Amino acid sequence: MAEHREGAGQAGQLSEHGHPAKEIHQLDRVVIRFAGDSGDGMQLTGDRFTSETAQLGNDISTLPNFPAEIRAPAGTLPGVSSFQVAFADYDILTPGDAPNVLVAMNPAALKANIADLPKGGTIIVNTDEFTKRNLAKVGYDSNPLEDDSLAGWDVHKVGLTSMTVGALAEHPVSKKDAERAKNMFALGLLSWLYSRPHESTMHFLERKFAARPELVAANKAAFNAGWNFGETTEGFAVRYEVPPAQMAPGNYRNITGNTALALGLVAAGVKAKLPVLLGAYPITPASDILHELSKHKKLGVTTVQAEDEIAAIGVALGAAYGGALGITTTSGPGVALKGETISLAVALELPLVIVDVQRAGPSTGLPTKTEQADLNMALFGRHGEAPVAVVAAQSPVDCFHAAIEACRIALKYRTPVILLSDGYVANGSEPWLLPEISELPDLRVEYASGPNGEDGKFYPYLRDPETMARPWAVPGTPGLEHRIGGLEKADKTGDISYDPANHDFMVRTRAARIEAIDVPDIEVEDPSGEAKVLVLGWGSTYGPIGAASRALRQRGVNVAQAHLRHLSPLPKNLGEVLASYDKVVIPEMNLGQLAHVIRARFLIDVVGYNQVRGLPFTSTQLETMLEEVIKNV
Amino acid sequence: MSNAVPVQLSAKDFKSDQEVRWCPGCGDYAILAAMQTFLPELGIPRERTVFVSGIGCSSRFPYYLNTYGMHSIHGRAPAIATGLSVSRPDLTVWVVTGDGDALSIGGNHLIHALRRNVNIKILLFNNKIYGLTKGQYSPTSEIGKITKSTPTGSSDAPFNPISLALGAEASFVARTIDSDRKHLQSVLRQAAEHQGSAFVEIYQNCNIFNDGAFEVLKDPETRDAYLIRLEHGQPITFGKDGSHVVTHPAGSFGLAVSEAGAVDAGEVLTHDAHAEDPAYAFALSRLAGPDLRHTPVGVFRSVRRPSYDELVRNQLDAAKAKAGEPEADLAALLNSGDTWTIL
Ligand SMILES: Cc1ncc(C[n+]2csc(CCOP(=O)(O)OP(=O)(O)O)c2C)c(N)n1
Ligand code: SF4
Ligand SMILES: [Mg+2]
Repeated sequence: MAEHREGAGQAGQLSEHGHPAKEIHQLDRVVIRFAGDSGDGMQLTGDRFTSETAQLGNDISTLPNFPAEIRAPAGTLPGVSSFQVAFADYDILTPGDAPNVLVAMNPAALKANIADLPKGGTIIVNTDEFTKRNLAKVGYDSNPLEDDSLAGWDVHKVGLTSMTVGALAEHPVSKKDAERAKNMFALGLLSWLYSRPHESTMHFLERKFAARPELVAANKAAFNAGWNFGETTEGFAVRYEVPPAQMAPGNYRNITGNTALALGLVAAGVKAKLPVLLGAYPITPASDILHELSKHKKLGVTTVQAEDEIAAIGVALGAAYGGALGITTTSGPGVALKGETISLAVALELPLVIVDVQRAGPSTGLPTKTEQADLNMALFGRHGEAPVAVVAAQSPVDCFHAAIEACRIALKYRTPVILLSDGYVANGSEPWLLPEISELPDLRVEYASGPNGEDGKFYPYLRDPETMARPWAVPGTPGLEHRIGGLEKADKTGDISYDPANHDFMVRTRAARIEAIDVPDIEVEDPSGEAKVLVLGWGSTYGPIGAASRALRQRGVNVAQAHLRHLSPLPKNLGEVLASYDKVVIPEMNLGQLAHVIRARFLIDVVGYNQVRGLPFTSTQLETMLEEVIKNV
Repeated sequence: MSNAVPVQLSAKDFKSDQEVRWCPGCGDYAILAAMQTFLPELGIPRERTVFVSGIGCSSRFPYYLNTYGMHSIHGRAPAIATGLSVSRPDLTVWVVTGDGDALSIGGNHLIHALRRNVNIKILLFNNKIYGLTKGQYSPTSEIGKITKSTPTGSSDAPFNPISLALGAEASFVARTIDSDRKHLQSVLRQAAEHQGSAFVEIYQNCNIFNDGAFEVLKDPETRDAYLIRLEHGQPITFGKDGSHVVTHPAGSFGLAVSEAGAVDAGEVLTHDAHAEDPAYAFALSRLAGPDLRHTPVGVFRSVRRPSYDELVRNQLDAAKAKAGEPEADLAALLNSGDTWTIL
């Protein structure tokens, strides 16, 4: 790892437990991957480690990776669940290409992850699970802990299960509960190894097992046993520290993209002073947004779990018609079902936000894996000329701001807006400098309250000259009774019209309306000002592209980076920006959907770099690719 | 929104300026006229009344009423109306739909709206045909129906819309006929007064593609023998001078029709629209055969159960009772969980 360099060793001190304190080495960045069976609690362990690390003030980025099956057969490769966390004393953009440390709770976890761990990395492995039977289940002919297949790595063989059970011998808990606490033992050991504060985990256990005090005590004891094991065992000669990062002052919390997105929608409702109504049908990886929003009734959020995705958007549109901020959240298969209603919303010119947390397709595809292949659908996937605004989120924290931006456009311009997230940013997390509410944009808009025509009549399709938005005349407003629908409407009056010229005019007007949306200019990061190659991205590739660009610049290679928040309409300065570089490279987790749009729109021959493996790009891979392109310009 | 005392409105006030475009003689005209003359009676201001429809001839209905209205997409009106109703309890929301719209493409939304008991009034114009697409058979067409798409007769059994609604445990289920304005309006009145979903099947003649589908229920020669008028609390009798009665034969799940003289007066079933168990109304809905003989009209079922809107609103109100200033609550929400401070 280029970024993983060891600092100076520190003199040993006597630890609080009375053992001669171990040597402490300083690191600037560490990537740990916790891997185990789905039932081993790896997501929770990773979450706790992340939280402890956040308390310490490191910058963090996380990447969970879990199977589509809720409980695949225990001990099998498909059942492996993992959680990767990168933390550093500087600001980082990705959860790391490869871990430095792998915690493997069973043979399956070792087998599924070992290929990602560079030689020399650390493996902490639960020896208790390396039974003949478990080895056979994943196709190990001989025990890798006993042959020399792990020779290139620094392997720590720890009986995590047996030591946990031993440590809990005096605790009034079942053997099963004792065994289940092994993840806390592992967490304790890792917390010791990386000098993490453990108070937040203690409080967490008190909350989690509030109803069963014996489990609070047992899990705390398991954590402490792991910590003490690290301190006393000869197996770990050094401890590490990663000092806090230089981060802007303020209050922070660690946040996943899905939670941030949900909170952004809540915030938009508050800043618009409108009730929020979410219509949703459960689907991975979007369901967590529904779960989160269902908790915020106090802030005026109503959630309707509809009978299907079509009903879900129908409910949202009905509420929007009634004057609410109508939202629907789903993933690609759901957006496909919503297409007809999105077209209706285009015709009705009502505000509506459609969130697509993309996953790998086609069809059910890889439902828990990430992809960016719904861009075409978002831009073009409807019948008729049905343009909508499209906004994409680039990182977990950015999901909050992207959600507010999507709502802003929907409300101000009375249009459906598709907000694209994906599994990578949705489930990943990073520290969030909590914003001041007063600094968030004011999203208030006005309902129509009276006639808008010079003749004193009300015209439902008479537009605001600045925004081209039609009046939002909600039922209940006396004197503005009117009918709207999917049939083509006459300009201004909104009456049904089959007139050819009117239809042509209305189609062009709907397109012009979207093009007229005020989106900020795209900014280019080109510190040297001498780059010849621009790497253009959108959505969740921001982290890996950013990390790759930084790494190149550190080596004196010039590269410019620009990232699109708005995919429809595109920023007004985009053509000019693209034209000012010799080469434009577009990495995407699809087969070139943005590249296609850019070529068609600006007639420039962009270089696509495409991968659809259900996984984000690694920064190293992008770095290598970009260097190659730059060399050949 | 206005709290002014509503002025007395008339049918004219509910007519929009749009030219009505149904085929001359279509049953939809009669339903529209019945609605326009009935609406003023409710005393609800025009602006608080909303009609949401799907697609079909029937679904053009909202254009002709000077209220708020949305002509949406095929089959989805119940979903859209759900969102409107649940977020705007101050409105009276009607859904207008056809047999294809409600029972074919929109079948899922219909049963779920009824199951939830959303506070919407659903009017299903059943002409047993796809009118707007020019005459294909529909999910209520009788088996063997010959249409453009079934030149040798349809092979699928129809839905009985009343049975279907009862199967979804709809709290208000009624049937009426386009040509009988008095009956139609009395059913509309009861539907409007109902709290929760009201489902009204209206037999509607499509004189172009399925003319005379309900003629036996209208023709003075046949109607007495075919039609059973349900009145809550009244014995179920029909036919000329009450020649026939409905009974519940011992040991049978279903109901039966007898000649009045053949059974004791005590055996004649008294209609109870408020019966909790939908099985009774379901049995009534099964009386009619494919030839429409013994077709009950009127309110099959009218029971009170909490509407979805009420239940959602109660939860919302309970949560809001604990709310403070929204921006302060939002700040507290963002700052919740494990937070830390960098100085
Ligand atoms: C998604 C979609 N599929 C098909 C149609 C075509 N279509 C319009 S109305 C209709 C059937 C209408 O039948 P019904 O609901 O019985 O209404 P009626 O015209 O008889 O009143 C169909 C199939 C459409 N408009 N949209
Ligand atoms: S086709 Fe039938 S239902 Fe449609 S307007 Fe004509 S008569 Fe009425
Ligand atoms: Mg029909």
